[in-house]
Amino acid sequence: MLSRLSSARVALRRLFVSPEERIGIAVLAMAFLLVGVDAAAAHEYKIGAIEIGHPWSRATPPGAKVAGGYLTVTNDGDTPDKLVSATVEIAGRAEIHEMSVEDGVMKMRQVEGGLDIPAHGTVTFDPNGLHLMLLDLKGPLVRGTNVHGSLTFEKAGTVEVDYVVDAIGANPKPMKHDGGDAMPGMKMDH
Amino acid sequence: MAGRTRLALMALSAVVALGVSGMIGYHLTHGGAPSAPRYPVGGPIDLTAEDGRRFTNADLGGKPFAVFFGFTRCPNVCPTTLSDLTLDLEQLGPLADKLKVLFVSVDPERDTPETLKEYLSAFDPRITGLSGTPAEIASLAKAYRVFYEKVPTEGGDYTMNHTATVYLMDGKGALTSTISLEEDQPTRVAKLKQLAENG
Repeated sequence: MLSRLSSARVALRRLFVSPEERIGIAVLAMAFLLVGVDAAAAHEYKIGAIEIGHPWSRATPPGAKVAGGYLTVTNDGDTPDKLVSATVEIAGRAEIHEMSVEDGVMKMRQVEGGLDIPAHGTVTFDPNGLHLMLLDLKGPLVRGTNVHGSLTFEKAGTVEVDYVVDAIGANPKPMKHDGGDAMPGMKMDH
Repeated sequence: MAGRTRLALMALSAVVALGVSGMIGYHLTHGGAPSAPRYPVGGPIDLTAEDGRRFTNADLGGKPFAVFFGFTRCPNVCPTTLSDLTLDLEQLGPLADKLKVLFVSVDPERDTPETLKEYLSAFDPRITGLSGTPAEIASLAKAYRVFYEKVPTEGGDYTMNHTATVYLMDGKGALTSTISLEEDQPTRVAKLKQLAENG
């Protein structure tokens, strides 16, 4: 597989030697990637200096009482802000929790008193650490649907967001396009 | 002359025999099974299955099994592990029928057999949910050296800290390997395949 990939890469290099051609290929690749982005998969919100990147969640098994909420919070401002609360319509309440794994033991901790968002900093909520803990679910989270909610910041105020519901075991997608594993051969090592 | 030679041969064979038995003895005590855990992990299972019936080692039918301790009010690790195991069993194909997969609740007060049954319906039907009295769960967790504790949260609610390792046990109930959270699918499937094949 690897040797096939690298020989393919050599062949590509022979075909496209000039910088113009390489730029052309890069632009074409970007275009393909952009076409692959479906409207619901990558979405952002902005309020004041705060930018919210791609709020998402995972489908829940039947009868589940909890779910996780994931997103990125970027503070473009010169002063720190604080995420003080979150609501999600389908959940009775939402808390900020942090998960860690120490010596094979999964540990959960509630972040109390809000979460600092440093100036010019990004805080990531994902299934492997910091996350919104959605409690007392009133119904299941269904893959492919959205759940509505809000995030309240001490300075920037309240912003309404939609969480895209992905598969039960879904992982964060660094490229933020659906089907991140659809092109396994495209992982470039440079 | 002949007597001396015989004596020498006898002495030599005695030395060789002593040496060989010494080597065997050394290997038995030191070489042994390198993967054998220093402290035994595992123990008799006597819990309530998701269908409400008692579940003991006899229900495993001598098959090797994977066992994971978790709870249904777990947002990340438990559904991820159950989802991973579902995909792994699918990958294993017919081999998957040679092993059992158990999900033991460390939150038996809230995870009734009915709760487990409903929850696990989202995953591979070969995954069996087990609950029991707090004492029964504590006893099994101790045998498996599984740690769990309640963590209080807002409004008198609680969540759980717990060991998130999947234990791979052979047909005799002895630990052979583990799967940890960060292992990728090819690694997980290879371990489960080995477990299914070697019994």
